[in-house]
Amino acid sequence: MPKPILTIKNLRKSYGDHVIFEHLDLDVNEGETIVIIGPSGTGKSTLLRCINLLTRPNEGQIWLDDTEITSKNCNEDLVRQHIGMVFQNFLLFNHLTALGNVKLGLTRVKKMSDQAATEKALRELERVGLADKAGHYPGQLSGGQQQRVGIARALAMDPRIMLFDEPTSALDPELIGEVLEVMRKLAKDGMTMLVVTHEMGFAREVADRIVFMEKGYIVEEGSPNEMFNHPKFPRTREFLWKITELYGKKKEDAA
Amino acid sequence: MNLNQFISYIAQGTIYTVGVTLIALPAGLLIGTILALLYVYGGKVTGRLMNLYSTIFRGIPPLVLLFILFFAVSKGINLSAFWAGSLSLGIVSSAYQMEIVRGALLAVSGDQMKAARAIGLSRLQAIRYVVLPQAVRLAIPPWSNEVAIVIKDSSLVYALGVPEILRRAQLIAASSQQYLLAYLSAALIYFLLVFLTTRLLNRLENKLAIPANP
Repeated sequence: MPKPILTIKNLRKSYGDHVIFEHLDLDVNEGETIVIIGPSGTGKSTLLRCINLLTRPNEGQIWLDDTEITSKNCNEDLVRQHIGMVFQNFLLFNHLTALGNVKLGLTRVKKMSDQAATEKALRELERVGLADKAGHYPGQLSGGQQQRVGIARALAMDPRIMLFDEPTSALDPELIGEVLEVMRKLAKDGMTMLVVTHEMGFAREVADRIVFMEKGYIVEEGSPNEMFNHPKFPRTREFLWKITELYGKKKEDAA
Repeated sequence: MNLNQFISYIAQGTIYTVGVTLIALPAGLLIGTILALLYVYGGKVTGRLMNLYSTIFRGIPPLVLLFILFFAVSKGINLSAFWAGSLSLGIVSSAYQMEIVRGALLAVSGDQMKAARAIGLSRLQAIRYVVLPQAVRLAIPPWSNEVAIVIKDSSLVYALGVPEILRRAQLIAASSQQYLLAYLSAALIYFLLVFLTTRLLNRLENKLAIPANP
């Protein structure tokens, strides 16, 4: 039995009377890639934001390894260093080059020397295939390249787990592939990943487990094979059918 | 008396004009920036206090504040006319500069802060390394406006007898009876000061612009 890196117990988040999700349990094991799918407004992104404490859950606990990160005396900044986050709209620091974006956390958070940080940042950019764009500013990069820099920026902190919040949703169809390729490689290299996405091809191929969320609950979870071929609930089948059809259509359009 | 002598007599006041500006402007920037940071990141109560500060000092004519500081306060602490004038203009300017910096801080998307926090930067670090550098760039165009205003408002200290450009123009006008010429000379010098400064700031703006593809 592998030990989970991330344990979520009985999590609840609401804004006023509006409950985003409740009674949510999820374990993420070391090296596992979990893809979370579900209709919009289901709380998938809110869940990710709760995990890296950008939003505080109302109830429940989250453990990162043996530390309860939802406890009051937990140092948020320390927790976030160990949890990499990739955003839908990239959110690169606009005034810094690709290299500067990746370096900032290394010099300011990890307090590395400028030279060591530069070397490490260049290695991370290499990892996402963008070492030659190190001197470019975000405004000079394509969306796909920006997102890959975003991934490198998160990787540079050597996180225990990487969270991806619809990393390809803001991209032109022809730029999605390069980002998924980087993520595929990461998964293969053993990075623990929690991915919210509508890319069913990626989910089917890369995920160890797929979690289907709807209206704040985890409806069903299982291996891609179970979920795509033998879903237990009709709702899962319906959603997957719809989204796969949509995904297929998108590919045809692009071609 | 020829034009050259005329202008050179008045231009000797430039040192005071520039001096007042060089005190009022940085003082206003320092106070304004600190207050703007408190306004934006300091929570509700602090925000209200800052708003009050801004409302009060933008609501009083600079000349009135100048007189208040000079005649009321300077009796107690023995402030020279030059310093009283410079500091009052600095206080007035700090209220405007606070609004400029506040606007620039708010114009940097909150998402930038989110992304900075996500890699483990503290709030203070995120402000310093991510938000402020971007806000500074956004603040330069409105700030260059404020610089022009402070340079011109420095003429108000003439009322306290500081021998700056306007005061000297007044003196030479009275003694030579060449009123138009005197004030035209003063206007020319002020114009050149403002013109050169805004050109300089334009250059700075272009130099600091973040490169992007068209």
